[in-house]
Amino acid sequence: MAEFQVRTMADCMAAGETPEVLFWVGCAGSFDDRAKKITKAIANILHKANVSFAILGSEESCTGDPAKRAGNEFLFQMMAMQNIEVMNAYEVKKIVTGCPHCFNTLKNEYPALGGNYEVMHHTQLIQDLIADGKLSIEGGAFKGKKITFHDPCYLGRGNGEYEAPRALIQKLDAELVEMKRCKTNGLCCGAGGAQMFKEAEKGNKEVNIERTEDALAIQPNVIATGCPFCNTMMTDGVKHFEQEHVIAVKDIAELIAEAGEL
Amino acid sequence: MIGQIIFIILLSAAGYMAFKRFQFVRRNILLGRDVKIEGESSDRWGTMIRVALGQGKMFSRPIAAIFHLFLYVGFVIINIEVIEIVLDGVLGQHRLFHGIGPIYNWLMASFEVLAFLVILGCVVFLYRRNIAKLARFHWREMTNWPKSDANIILFTEIALMSAFLSMNAAESILAARGIEHYVNLGTLPISQFVTPFLDGCSDGMLIFVERFCWWFHIIGILAFIVYLSYSKHLHILLAFPNTYYSKLRPAGALDNMSNVTNEVKLMMDPAAQVVEDPLAPKKFGAKDVADLTWVQLMNAYSCTECGRCTSQCPANQTGKLLSPRKIMMDTRDRMEEVGRCMDAGVSYDNKSLLGDYITFEELWACTSCNACTEACPININPLEIIIDLRRYLMMEESQSPESITTMLTNIENNGAPWAFAQADRGNWTQE
Repeated sequence: MAEFQVRTMADCMAAGETPEVLFWVGCAGSFDDRAKKITKAIANILHKANVSFAILGSEESCTGDPAKRAGNEFLFQMMAMQNIEVMNAYEVKKIVTGCPHCFNTLKNEYPALGGNYEVMHHTQLIQDLIADGKLSIEGGAFKGKKITFHDPCYLGRGNGEYEAPRALIQKLDAELVEMKRCKTNGLCCGAGGAQMFKEAEKGNKEVNIERTEDALAIQPNVIATGCPFCNTMMTDGVKHFEQEHVIAVKDIAELIAEAGEL
Repeated sequence: MIGQIIFIILLSAAGYMAFKRFQFVRRNILLGRDVKIEGESSDRWGTMIRVALGQGKMFSRPIAAIFHLFLYVGFVIINIEVIEIVLDGVLGQHRLFHGIGPIYNWLMASFEVLAFLVILGCVVFLYRRNIAKLARFHWREMTNWPKSDANIILFTEIALMSAFLSMNAAESILAARGIEHYVNLGTLPISQFVTPFLDGCSDGMLIFVERFCWWFHIIGILAFIVYLSYSKHLHILLAFPNTYYSKLRPAGALDNMSNVTNEVKLMMDPAAQVVEDPLAPKKFGAKDVADLTWVQLMNAYSCTECGRCTSQCPANQTGKLLSPRKIMMDTRDRMEEVGRCMDAGVSYDNKSLLGDYITFEELWACTSCNACTEACPININPLEIIIDLRRYLMMEESQSPESITTMLTNIENNGAPWAFAQADRGNWTQE
């Protein structure tokens, strides 16, 4: 991040400032090389829109989502309580996440443990920034391109948000094409419920292959995602069919950042 | 008079059997633990009106929805006729409500149209199940009983509606011949096409046909009420409370285990003030039906095994063992088994829902994507049962796939599912 320095909450506190938004990066966004590009795109967008934001950096920890879905409520609550302690100490009010799993957990499962925040998925925040005139994007690179959106389960069915990512694709002057299974009927990429961290059970196909076939059937230029895990699964799927030179898999944040040459 | 006595005996016997069975079902549901019902009751009524009464979620598959609507509306409205039949039976009257005026014939005409639509719907459904063999009606868990259950009901409905139409046809001819106490029903839209087949019959034969259909119809309905409690068709009643009590929070939200919260609080701070939740279970997660909530158990009795959940499940579609419908069917079967054991005075039968019915492999194929809960036309939630069973495996038996154990250890040690150091979380800002 050569253009500007992303600050941590600790930096801000030391400088006596309270940032408006906490950017919750998440594990994939912090450690996975592919997902880090999405993280940087989100940070660039927030910077461009003059959003006062910071990250937790080394004070951020797993939300506990995969532990909870795997059935380990103890570990989940330990992680949650530690995170809540940190965030409440920084008086966090508003959070934007780069991952629908973090988004769901922070928004829906932290309040019962004393963590009450306004939580937004990055596509929702970006949509607000555009609506408020703080960010403007032109079609540019994606004008006329066929883009399909793969709904992340925890953004779509889990939290009822189907429109924000689609509205952003349309802002790119791109042609939004839908897969036969989309929105409430969208097919999972196969990573949720802690599946990302294990081999799939015995079957006749991998879920991400089944989902990639849905995408290939409509021949898009770009498969847009809103989740770093979906991104991995779809990227693997596209590679499986040796289509990586024809079809790009990109997060909505990356599309917005690229269109705005951020 | 003898007819009245037989009728009252039949009515009482059916009432008693139905009462005993419904009591059994209710007791089984209440084996489940109590749970706090969250949210406003006005929102719950709204869900019930939209989803159960209004069939809102059925229409994601329009063909099935339209024919199901025929059956649903037909069933509800034609049953108004049952009130008259019962009163006639008890009081020894004939077409008691005919005296209410022309509206009676109008009602009868509309019942006939509905009866025809019900027959049409049943024929289409029999075709879909047995001839077109729609995949979701033929998965692994659709063994003999679930398949026959569906067919028995469809054939019964056709028989009941045919009896109703034949009864009207016979009545019309008898009335036209001026036979005493048979009433003129006007021109009836459907049974007028049945009359030509009966026209040649003698008066005595027609009276027999009319009476036979009348008795057949009412005995059929009484038998149906008893049968209901053994059948997946309980959904016609339970769909309503089931949707009322369905989750109002976003589908992605899982419940917070308050018994764990207290332990974690005390672990982090031995001096912490904790409030015992009186409803908190003793176990962590669910091993058997009694560890689930009564709402989850009612879910299982409400399931009509349509298989929309399974047909949308990513694991099932890619050949894995998991089928959300089977989760619900297993829960119900186990509940009935526990109920029978209790009635026989056996307190412990060495079996449990987890393991004997639902296996490790099925549970671990779930991606928690909520496709099943979204697909269910009456808001049944197989996912929460899966998670509760996983919780038991994980927290009471320390059983999980090896890679999951590694992932959890990583989270515990370095705050991420992978073995990266927490101190490096912010490194991307420097890259």
